[in-house]
Amino acid sequence: MAHPIVRYWLVILGMGLVTYALRLSAIPLYGRGDVPPAVRRALRFVPPAVLTALAAPAMIRPAGGVDLSLTNLHLVAGSVAALVAWKTRSALLTIAVGMAMLWALAAAR
Amino acid sequence: MRDPSPRAEFAAGAKAEVPVLFGVLPFGLIYGALALQAGIPPGAALAMSSIVLAGSAQFVGTQLFAAGAPGALIILTTFIVNLRHMLYSASVAPYLSRLGLRWKLLLAYLLTDEAYAMAITHYQGQGTREPGNQGSRDDRQDQRHWFFLGAGATLWTTWQVSTAIGLYVGARIPASWNLEFALPLTFVALVVPAAAAGTHPGGSDGDYRGDPD
Repeated sequence: MAHPIVRYWLVILGMGLVTYALRLSAIPLYGRGDVPPAVRRALRFVPPAVLTALAAPAMIRPAGGVDLSLTNLHLVAGSVAALVAWKTRSALLTIAVGMAMLWALAAAR
Repeated sequence: MRDPSPRAEFAAGAKAEVPVLFGVLPFGLIYGALALQAGIPPGAALAMSSIVLAGSAQFVGTQLFAAGAPGALIILTTFIVNLRHMLYSASVAPYLSRLGLRWKLLLAYLLTDEAYAMAITHYQGQGTREPGNQGSRDDRQDQRHWFFLGAGATLWTTWQVSTAIGLYVGARIPASWNLEFALPLTFVALVVPAAAAGTHPGGSDGDYRGDPD
């Protein structure tokens, strides 16, 4: 097993390589065939699915077990933030309101 | 048709990016602070901002590092979260096709969400030409790749500086602030508007319709 610090660097390098490969992908290949429309449509749904899977646990089970009650401050704050995201489409405002909700609820308890 | 100089194009690209910076700067600050809390060495956290240069992937990666996920999973997740960049790549490719390899390699590196948004708007907004049908404009005088470079470089610089500040300030933020909750909130901010746009006609994707009509 690699030294922890080396491991961080290796993983970050790997993250950089796959990201760069995706960004470069079509640029040198232009003119040699295109991405089929069906693949395009499918690709669009992948990031939301992944992001949802990553965000949900922090709200549904912040302390380890599933908690869907109103005493789950993370779920309440997260739901309010989702509403803000839907209404305003502003990432910054979503984060600001979500954090403020969490702090206010925690202070009020 | 006026053909601005490389310098004018670069400056216009940088200027177009300015409003976006108000959103990017706090993200970089939060990323820096969270990376520290996740136990990532500051040097590596800073390097991630220039090696990966992708906010949401860096947030996800930070969360997975903190959870002790295996490296291969972190890299795979980065790949999935950044799949959209393949679409950006396909979308700008026609406009870059006549550039030299060095320009292609450089602009691909700078192809972030924000730089893409500005560059493609600039490419598509200037009238006449679909790629491959250059119309009246002389290829040799088309300097719009400098606009792309100006937008990309501006974003790059802001991201590095804000990350560095976040790393510096982050060590002073108490754990009771629950700053890590900003991560899932970021994902909510990315997902909800996209999902909402997909559920009614005229949304970003015409194939799925929530309303019968």
